Amino acid sequence: MATKKFMYLNRRSSFGTVYAIESLEVVLIAAAFEQDVSLAFMDDGVYQIVEGQETDGIGMKNFSKTFHALGDYDINKLYVSKESLEERGLSESDLMPLVYEDEDDDWEEKPSIRVVTNDELKAIMSEQDVCLSF
Amino acid sequence: MLHTVNKSSFERNSLQSCLNTIDDSSVILFIEDGVINAANNANSSMIADLATEGRIFALQGDVEARGISSKLADNIKLVDYAGFVDLVVEHGTAVSWV
Amino acid sequence: MKFAIQVNEGPYQHQASDTAFQFAKAAIENGHEVMRVFFYHDGVNNASRFTLPPQDDRHVVNNWASLDIKDADGNPELVVCVAAALRRGMLDESEASKNSIDGNNIHPAFRISGLGQLIEAGIQCDRLVVFGD
Repeated sequence: MATKKFMYLNRRSSFGTVYAIESLEVVLIAAAFEQDVSLAFMDDGVYQIVEGQETDGIGMKNFSKTFHALGDYDINKLYVSKESLEERGLSESDLMPLVYEDEDDDWEEKPSIRVVTNDELKAIMSEQDVCLSF
Repeated sequence: MLHTVNKSSFERNSLQSCLNTIDDSSVILFIEDGVINAANNANSSMIADLATEGRIFALQGDVEARGISSKLADNIKLVDYAGFVDLVVEHGTAVSWV
Repeated sequence: MKFAIQVNEGPYQHQASDTAFQFAKAAIENGHEVMRVFFYHDGVNNASRFTLPPQDDRHVVNNWASLDIKDADGNPELVVCVAAALRRGMLDESEASKNSIDGNNIHPAFRISGLGQLIEAGIQCDRLVVFGD
């Protein structure tokens, strides 16, 4: 099967609507298809991967932990908009330390999150074959 | 690429986010409430340059339904649903700014 | 050209399903193939056979059914995500009996399947277009 570049565009935060969790469910399934997968987090989507989400008080499932599993599924390109972080008073240190083990580099642990400018994101988006928006 | 925007910029920031990340060969199609961005209004400067370059389209049915046919900003190109299909065919990957 | 369409919103609440339908119809009328329409999130509600709009309104569910989108073996290619459907009370006969529920509501022009069908459509089609909120 041919390999295509799939981008998952996440622009909403985790719990106000169902889009974030159901987007993550698609990404986990997508891993089985051995395509080139990237995730982009823009606008309020950056809150999906903020460290320290606690959901006991709202009675909803805390799916943020699931992002830690993505590395094991070879999903290790999580692009985060620098401008979106800055507008929200956030920086990379506020995000979960998501990592993967690089099989091409003696299984060295490397960060999956890449904070990119809108211009860099523009170039990454223009290479995609399929864009799924949530 | 073809970027579709279905929200008014008075309601959500999807048009701005789209403009922040579209490359020079991309075009934008306004659908649903996104056609409000094609009307001549306080936010029209956001798309004026792209419209001059012929890169802004709006879905005719949605424009007419919202009563803004006579209030469109300059250089907006109207398409019907078949024209929407043609834009997807011509411009490669479709990105929806939902 | 071969198209896949993803519908993320339910009928009537949002225009997304109507726009997606008009797009699919225009694509077919202009000689393209719509290989699959995948209903996700609240979009699964487009598949309810109990949908009863007033007479002077369009029937969104029947509109979709009228497109007659099927594979070569005659199986519906209006595909409803199983996980999204079950959590919203959308069941076909098999899911109803599996869960001991005495009723089912999926319109026969639709079928329930997994999220893999969305990815597969993205791989196999020339274009995938998303309609949502």
